[in-house]
Formats: sequence, structure tokens, C-alpha cells
Amino acid sequence: MTISDIELEQMYSRYPDKVKKNRKKHIVVKEGPEAVQKIEANTRTIPGILTQRGCCYAGCKGVVLGPIKDMAHIVHGPVGCSYYAWGTRRNKAKADENTPPEKMFSTMAFTTDMQESDIVFGGEKKLMTMIDEVVKIFHPRAITICATCPIGLIGDDIGAVAKAAEAKHGIQVLSFNCEGYKGVSQSGGHHIANNNLMEHVIGRGTRDKVGKHVVNILGEYNIGGDGWELERILKDIGYTVNCVLTGDSSYLDIQNLHAAQLNLVQCHRSINYIAEMMETKYGTPWLKVNFIGIEATIESLRQVAQCFDDEELVQRTEEIIAREVARITPSLEQYRKICTGKTAFTLVGGSRSHHYQYLLRDLGMEVVVAGYEFAHRDDYEGREVIPTIVADADQKNIPELHLEPDKELFEEGHIHLSMSQEKFEELKKRVPLSYYGGMYKCMKEGQIMLDDFNHHEIESLIEMLKPDIFFSGVRDKYVTHKMGVPAKQLHSYDYSGPYAGFSGALVFARDVTNAMTTPAWKMLDAPWDAPAASGGAPDA
Amino acid sequence: MLECMPKQQVEHTVGKINPAKTCQPIGAMYASLGIHGCLPHSHGSQGCCAYHRMHLSRHFRDAVLATSSSFTEGASVFGGAANLKTSIKNVFEIYQPEVMAVHTTCLSETIGDDVPTMIRQSEVPEGKYVIHANTPSYKGSHVTGFSNMCKAMVTYLAQYDGGMRKERVNILPGFVNPGDMREMKRIAQEMGVDFIMYPDTTDVLDSPLTSKYEMYPKGGATVAQIKDSGNSKATLSLGAWSSDAAGVALQEKCGVACIPLHIPIGLKATDEYIMALRNTAGVKVPSTLTVERGQVIDTLIDTHFHYQGKKVAVFGDPDTVVPLTEFLITMGMKPVYVMTGTPGAAFEDQTCKMLDEANITERKIKAEGDLFDLQMWIKEAKVDLLVGTSYGKYIARAEDIPLVRVGFPILDRAVHPLMPIVGYRGCLRLIEQISNALLDRRDRDSLDEDYELVM
Ligand code: SF4
Ligand code: SF4
Repeated sequence: MTISDIELEQMYSRYPDKVKKNRKKHIVVKEGPEAVQKIEANTRTIPGILTQRGCCYAGCKGVVLGPIKDMAHIVHGPVGCSYYAWGTRRNKAKADENTPPEKMFSTMAFTTDMQESDIVFGGEKKLMTMIDEVVKIFHPRAITICATCPIGLIGDDIGAVAKAAEAKHGIQVLSFNCEGYKGVSQSGGHHIANNNLMEHVIGRGTRDKVGKHVVNILGEYNIGGDGWELERILKDIGYTVNCVLTGDSSYLDIQNLHAAQLNLVQCHRSINYIAEMMETKYGTPWLKVNFIGIEATIESLRQVAQCFDDEELVQRTEEIIAREVARITPSLEQYRKICTGKTAFTLVGGSRSHHYQYLLRDLGMEVVVAGYEFAHRDDYEGREVIPTIVADADQKNIPELHLEPDKELFEEGHIHLSMSQEKFEELKKRVPLSYYGGMYKCMKEGQIMLDDFNHHEIESLIEMLKPDIFFSGVRDKYVTHKMGVPAKQLHSYDYSGPYAGFSGALVFARDVTNAMTTPAWKMLDAPWDAPAASGGAPDA
Repeated sequence: MLECMPKQQVEHTVGKINPAKTCQPIGAMYASLGIHGCLPHSHGSQGCCAYHRMHLSRHFRDAVLATSSSFTEGASVFGGAANLKTSIKNVFEIYQPEVMAVHTTCLSETIGDDVPTMIRQSEVPEGKYVIHANTPSYKGSHVTGFSNMCKAMVTYLAQYDGGMRKERVNILPGFVNPGDMREMKRIAQEMGVDFIMYPDTTDVLDSPLTSKYEMYPKGGATVAQIKDSGNSKATLSLGAWSSDAAGVALQEKCGVACIPLHIPIGLKATDEYIMALRNTAGVKVPSTLTVERGQVIDTLIDTHFHYQGKKVAVFGDPDTVVPLTEFLITMGMKPVYVMTGTPGAAFEDQTCKMLDEANITERKIKAEGDLFDLQMWIKEAKVDLLVGTSYGKYIARAEDIPLVRVGFPILDRAVHPLMPIVGYRGCLRLIEQISNALLDRRDRDSLDEDYELVM
């Protein structure tokens, strides 16, 4: 099921020369296990290409900030941006002992709804009034302000408004200059959100390390309840989950993010900045994990357990793994029978396509085309390429935070993990702390990696490779259906979930099996369209 | 759910809390899809385009393709001319549409990009078209964007050849689902009227799944039809907010008489639509439609006790809400809260007049409102039923009121884009949904001893 050069050329032949030259750098056919191939990523989208990318604001508010449940997120700009990021990512959240129901703003949308005169005369006053009213009506614990495209252009100083509001109301008001045009995709917005949370929120809390084996899960947004499934497993093993950033998280938890011994990084692209900055500032070690897929979850759990110098924990981990595997295997088998041997495309996000390769392999399926909307080279090729990435003007527009070790709170990694320096050095040889290997290593010869994938390429590749199922977002879903290929959304899970952890694997297996076997796929042609037995032509 | 809402009446004076409208470009994108072989193009940063496609895809559960000028910071400073020119070249080479319909976003509007000049300076392949509409998000709403793109179809394409006017009617259907457009066309066909409808998203956003993918499905009004609409006798412009601008432009440009009407939602508005077709096209109304109308009357009489006298809150786009309110009154219901997110004083005037005539004096009406307002009203005095878009579901749960989903967008229910709410069939569907919602509710709330088989 590999693609020939001729076929690829045929796909490129639609492109004008300039476009062809550009796109070729973003498409890699893996040559072999030993090959080292470069992919171009995190560069501008070609104007007029039917891209699936979003914008900086989408990454900042839509992905990272939106799920923080007890902050009022005010979107400063015309109405649309706020409206589209309202409830559409399915970040589940619930009230708990920290967050009473009247402090939950997850189902609300706040926007300054800028009008023409505001654009002409500036919107700072309006924003200030809106903050005053939101504070008066809702009493949120803290507020975020996100700027959308026109705000940067008209020069509203949202930082100054935030500062004034903070002084006036005595709560934190954070401003994010995440105007849509910044950077080349939603990735810039993740970075801006990460920086700001790091600089202004994380570390403000006074919580002590609560419980034994305290971890954070970073880059987990609790879509379809993924984060809850992970918390269930980790708690059962004996961990204390300090904070899930940002799925179902509260402002309070984020302030106390530093009160953990280890950071587990689920979505590398959206949150690695915080993991790295926390390592610098607090010395907190981080481990890239993948809880999508049974084997991947097991592997991640084993690695996490090793990070603590505790035999009991290792043992308990094995017990829980055995228990969970025994629980799901019988039901999983029936799905595996149907899925085995099938092929898939996974095209989504900045880590997800990689994560799902494992889950699909658990089901006996193979990913033949994988890609991202807004990844960087290290998400494909692994963090070892970071020193060789040359920043261009677009990347330089996103400010970098340069942090120093915190005078009071910094501790060496081994102290975080309550082990000796020697043990820690040894651990680092066994467990890849501060490392992410990227997607490329997971691909096999002949399989294809696509960066900033677009409609034409998807359409051509589906025609050429005819996958059994297609995983992407809602914008590709219906196109794919019309090509006769079942599609599942990996952003919103088609309103199902969770897909993470052990329970998630089962839900996913069921959903995928249903998508491929739903009886209608066998009835695409009307009976009168089939050539008659007598050899006559079809009716229509 | 929504326990954070204040318990007492509070007013908020700026911005929107839980908005009941969205921005112009999404409406323009939808309208563009009603031209055959058209690829909508969003001139701004790609995030808007991604959001608009996402939302339309979710509502229609169908493919929505559109390109973007993909602005980065540079374009935002120096203007988007280079991006648009590159886009035009790439779009025609790669995707080969008949028409490229460009709309602006708040970004390109704020920097003041002169789109028509940019288009004129671009190389557009022979026989292909690039049209454009300005759709600044900080004015109006998604309905305004729809209207602006409809108007652009007229200004760019429609022509009057100067000869005899054709015995033909133009129908501008307004911001409605393909299922509604199909129903409006069916009625006109049933009457034997020769017509042109645009935009027309039937067979585009409700296209069949046949295992043969077409980037440009067979539906949509062709450029030839839109051009020729300048030679028609009259235009029925349905929905003041979504269609009047195009209707008036066609009258001014080509002298085609514009007849403004409501979108034919409900009995009266459908009657008026049929009468307008009958009178302008000089045809007779066939008995099939008389039968359909009679069925609606029959159903209204048969079912009135399910809903008559119930208080209802309605919200959504003005062109939907105005005739919907009229129909709710026809049903004997009491629309006590009527709200739209889109601005326009006419909304308040028109609904106010209808409610006055129906003697519903205790009511609240608001244009340019938001769902915070609506929920605060409901907290003050409860209603029996909520009619509006999916966004009403939070209020429905918090205040424990049944919700009938009507309008745009509906993100959490199936089949709605194919099922008309216009025409007499649409009346039946609305009665069915409203009755059943209230009956389900009665079943749910009844005591064991009151739980009955027959209702
Ligand atoms: S930036 Fe403007 S056009 Fe784009 S989604 Fe936001 S409001 Fe709409
Ligand atoms: S994988 Fe992508 S879509 Fe998912 S959370 Fe990460 S950045 Fe977002």
C-alpha cells in the first residue's frame, strides 16, 4: 500500500510551480527505518490553499485558556471569534470541592462585540466597562482578555486595561495579545497562552505537595472526558493528580501547578513550553506520555512509575494494568476482529495523529498517512532537531520568555522525585525525561507524513490509497464520506468519548467499528443503478 | 448548569454575554455556496475561515470548502494585495471553480483593503468570475453578511439585456436551509411558475452520498441564471434582512420590480408567498396546494389544545423570528419574549405590531439582544416553551423549559437542514415539533395517576 513517485507527481501536477516547490518540502514519504528525513513545518500557509489551519487566537483561547472553568474569558473584538470558540471543543468540566457551581463559567461566552465606532475610536473604555459589569454580575475568581484580529491593528492597549481592572477589582486580569494573524497557525497562540500562565499564574499558589507521588497532566483538555479517565487510573495506582492543564482545571489549581513532583506531557505541541519553563524555574522534571492506546498507556504508566523510587508503586501499577487489561480485552476482541488489517489516515492537531497510531495498532490497523495542522519539526522528527530549527520572522513575532531558577522554589530534579542524584542519573538512562521522539520514528517505510495538509492532497491521497477509515476534524469529515470512506472526528470524537486510557480504547474501538460497518455503506448504489442481469444498461 | 447567572434582574450595558448572533463572513460564505461551482474565499487570516467552515459543517453536516488569504503579521501591516492576488492564481489553478466569491473579515476591513481594485489587478482566467462583498464583522451580523453577498451577486453578475421582460420571477430565498429552498421551489413548480432562485444551496449542502465525490456538486444557481435574472419580470425578496438589499439592487440596476415579503414560515407568510407568485406570474393556484393548506388548518384545529395559550420565548435571526412569531400567534400561543441578536429597529416595530394586534401586552422584545438578556427575562417570569437555535439549550436546561430547535445554527440535532420549516409542510412540521415537545413534557411531569395513553 505504498505510493509511487508517479502517483505523487500526479498529485503535485495540479500545483503551480511555486506551490509545488513549497508543498514538496512539507510532504515526506518515509524511506526506511534508518533514513533521516527532514520535513518543513511551522511556516506560512500558501494563500489560496484550502488549508485546515486555524489562527493564533484559536490556539490561545480556543485550546489552552477556554477549558479553565472558573475564569471569565472575555474576548475583545467583534462577536464572531468568541461565538465560534463557545462550547465547540467539548472540554468537559464539573463543579468540585474547589469550584462551586456558581463559579463555573464553562458554558458562557463573553465578548465586547466591537462595533464600527469602537473600531474607529478604540475599544479600551468598552472593555473596561465590560470587565466592571462581569465582575459585578458574576464575581469570577479571575479574568482573561483575548485580543482578536482588529484589536492589535487599532492599538487597544489591553495590557493597560487589565492592569487597571486588576487594581480596581482586586482579582487577576490577564491579557493575551493573541490576535489571529500572529504566527502561522494556532501554534503561536499556545505559546502565548503558555507564557502568560507561566509568568503570571503558575507559582502564585501556596499549596504544599499534597499526598504521595504528585503529578500534573499537561496538555490534556478533557475532551469527551479523557482527563477524567486518566485521573481515574492514576489515582487508582496511588498518584495524586495535582492539576490537569487545562482540561477541567481551575484557576486555583493552576496557581499551584508547581506543587507537583513530575509533569506528564500529553499534548506536546500545545504545552511543551510550560513543561520546559517549569523545569527551568522549579526544576520539575517532565515526561512525555501517551495515554491513547492500550500498549501506549501501559508503557507510559510503567515509565511514570519508574520515576518514583517506590517498589510498591511499580507493583501497584502492574496490578492496575493487569486488572484493566483483563477488564477490556474480551469486549475489545470482537472489535479487533473487524478492525485488523484495515488502514487509516490520521490528520489532526499537533500530537494527536501520533498518539492514535498506537491505539490503531492495538486494533490491528495501520496508519498510512499522518499529518498535522500546526506542528513544528520536533513534533515530527523529535526534539533532537530543535537546535537545527532556524527561526523565521513569523516565529520571532511570538515572544520567548527567559526564566531563571526560582530562588525559593527551585529544587533539583532528583529532589522533586525524592531520590538520590545517582538514582536520578540512572533513571534518565531508562526513562526519556525531557524528551519527545516525534511521529516520524513511528512511521514505516512507504508511509507518508504531511505537514499543513490541505484539501487537494487529502482528496488525491484518499483516491490513491483508499484507506478504510479517515481520522480528522469536522471540516474534512463530510468530504471523506462523499468519497465513500468512513470518517471519525479526532477533535470532538463525534460527540463520543473518552478515547484515552483503557476505557477510552474500548469506546474508540466500538466507534471505529461502527463507522466502518454501519450497514448503509453497503447500500450506496440504488438497485436500479446496477447493470441488469440481462445485460441492460442501468436506469440512471 | 448556569448556576453562575444572577438571581435578580441585572442589566449589562456593553458587549454580549452569550451572543445570539455571529459575524458577517459566515453568512457570506453560506450565500456563496448557493452559486454553482463557486469556491468562497475569505480575505483575512485563516482562522476565521476555519471557524466559519467548522460551524457551517456542523450545522449542515456536509462539506463546506473555502479558501483563505492566510494573512500573517506582514500582510496585516502592508495590506493583503499580494495575498489576494496569489490566492486568485492558486485557487483557479488548483481548484478550478467557475466563480470565486471573496468576502472580507474584520482584519482586512480594519486595514482597509481595497478588494475590488485588487481583483481588477489580478489575472482571472477567461470565462471565470471573481465577485466580492465587504463583510466587516463589527457591523450587523451573519445575516448582514449573507445579504451583502447576495447583493454582490446582483452587482457583479445580473444584467438587463434591454429587451422584453421574461415571464419569470426571481426568488431570493433568504438565509434558510437547503430543505427550505427546495420546498419554496417545489411550491413554485407546483404552480407552474418559471423562476430563478439564488442563492440556492439545494444539491450543494444537502447533496446525496453516492460514493462519487464532486468538489462542486450539481446544485447552486448558475452564473448564467444570475445574469439572466436581470431580465425577469419581478423579484420576490424573502426576508428583509437577508434579501432586500439584493432585491433593491436588482431593481435599481436592471429595473426588475422588487416585492418584499417574509420568508414563508407559517400560514400567513406562506399564503402571501403563494399569492405573490400567483399574481406576478399570472398563474392559478393548483388544488394540490389548497389541499396542503387545508391540512394545516385541519391540524391546527385538531391540536390547538396542546399549545394554545402557552407562553413562548422565541429567538434567532430576524427574518426567521418575525414570521415565526406570526405563526405562533396563529397557533394561539403567546410569544411573550421575542429576541434577535441582529440589530435593526424594524424588528422591534414589526413584532411589536403583531403582538399588539394579538393583544399580547405583557411581553419583551429586543433587537441586538443576547441570551443573557433572554435568560434574565425568563428568570423573572417563566415561559412554557423556548423556540430558537441550539444555543438555547443551556437556558432550557437551567430553567427547565422544553426547547424546539429552529433556525441557524443547530449543532446538536439531526436531519434539520433537509426538513423544511417553510410552506404548508413547514407549518405541519412546526406544529408537530411544538406539540410533541409540550406533550413529552406533560408525560414527563405527570404523576403516575395522571399518566395517560391518549392525549
Ligand atoms: S476575526 Fe472577525 S471575521 Fe474572523 S471570526 Fe472573528 S469576528 Fe469573525
Ligand atoms: S493534539 Fe492538537 S488539537 Fe490536540 S490538544 Fe494538542 S494541539 Fe490541540
